[in-house]
Amino acid sequence: MTQKLTDKEKYRYSRHLLLDKVGEVGQEKLKTAKVLVIGAGGLGCPVLQYLTAVGVGTIGIIDFDVVDETNLQRQILFTINDIGKNKAIVAKERLEQLNPFVKFEVYPEKLTPKNALAIFKHYDIVVDGTDNFSTRYLVNDACVIAGKPLVYGAIYKFEGQVSVFNFKGGPTYRCLFPEPPKAGSVPNCSDVGVIGVLPGLIGTQQANEVLKIILEIGAPLSGKLLIVDALQSSSISIKINRSEEQVEKVLASATNFENNDYELFCGVKKTHHDNEISAEELKELIKVQNIQIIDVREEWEQPKVDELNMINIPLQTISMNLDKIDKLQIKVIVCQHGVRSLRAIDYLQQNGFENLINLTGGIVTWK
Amino acid sequence: MKLAVKYFGMIAEAIGKQEEQLEITGNSVLEVDVFLKNKYAKLEFLNYKFAVNQVLVDGIKRLKENDEIALLPPFAGG
Repeated sequence: MTQKLTDKEKYRYSRHLLLDKVGEVGQEKLKTAKVLVIGAGGLGCPVLQYLTAVGVGTIGIIDFDVVDETNLQRQILFTINDIGKNKAIVAKERLEQLNPFVKFEVYPEKLTPKNALAIFKHYDIVVDGTDNFSTRYLVNDACVIAGKPLVYGAIYKFEGQVSVFNFKGGPTYRCLFPEPPKAGSVPNCSDVGVIGVLPGLIGTQQANEVLKIILEIGAPLSGKLLIVDALQSSSISIKINRSEEQVEKVLASATNFENNDYELFCGVKKTHHDNEISAEELKELIKVQNIQIIDVREEWEQPKVDELNMINIPLQTISMNLDKIDKLQIKVIVCQHGVRSLRAIDYLQQNGFENLINLTGGIVTWK
Repeated sequence: MKLAVKYFGMIAEAIGKQEEQLEITGNSVLEVDVFLKNKYAKLEFLNYKFAVNQVLVDGIKRLKENDEIALLPPFAGG
């Protein structure tokens, strides 16, 4: 049931009521709408400010994090007096002053597979303003299972992405990026920086998408990824198709959703280390088993270990030397300190190689 | 075959430019990927998807002269 406007609300929203495409009917749709904003950070702040200002009736805010002084360069809801306080709670206090006609639900906690579906079911639209891949995949999957449209935004330094996923049979985040990148391979704002106004640009675009969906006007960014370049003031729109295979996979996980581990899925935490070997264990292994030992250091790197029959394939040349690597045998990958060898193993696994073992700590541990 | 290639985010940083014209042998996205990885070794450790003429595609997509290829990385930040 659409909620009617009071006289005070009609006055407050008079500039909306003047618009043909909004009017009293549209404003009532906004008042009736329930939108959940995940993350009250760089993207979440402008999203929340606009959704509150325009009179979205119910707004949920979920964020476990506290305000840090380094957030103030872009997270424009907060002041120096808020440092150390929970973002969701501070945001609610500030936003209530902006529009007392809006009802806020605050979740000062981490979004997890255990609470996601129970929270999402109370809302019509979910807005993603998170800063990590494990939460992004969790949000996507929970939206697919709960059948909620997802307004996506993500930023990197001077560039941003916006899209609307899972909207009326359109593509999902996994139709764009089926697998998360390796943990740590894509940095976030706190790692590499971000220009202060970028989350403002992208968050405002997200708020615009939310309004279009609620008001049923214009063309929501479903099936398209908008990429914005703040330095060039340019943008490009990429067409994305729905992958039924990806959607089916998510739906199949619905029955056991609470037990999904997104941090594990995104490699934030590791399972176990049975693909690691110490120098002592390697010494024993070569006595009993025929294995291939691959040294991914540069040719000039020392020490060379004569007792180990190693073949040298420097990391940067590995793609051109896949034919030298045995498909079946156990392969121990070696470098100076055991870091580059992990990258080589990642690459080889992506290219279908199995039975890969890392020499923990590298060749310098060989005695 | 002559192609226009565009790079975004970390990919543009790793390669040191946002776009270029390339002469490539082969006629599939997969072959372009191998070509680019040989030309820019850093790509091996980055994640990205391909778009051809502003449509997201998979590796078997056939290419034609003067197609515009874009390498799209995922962004984490919010």
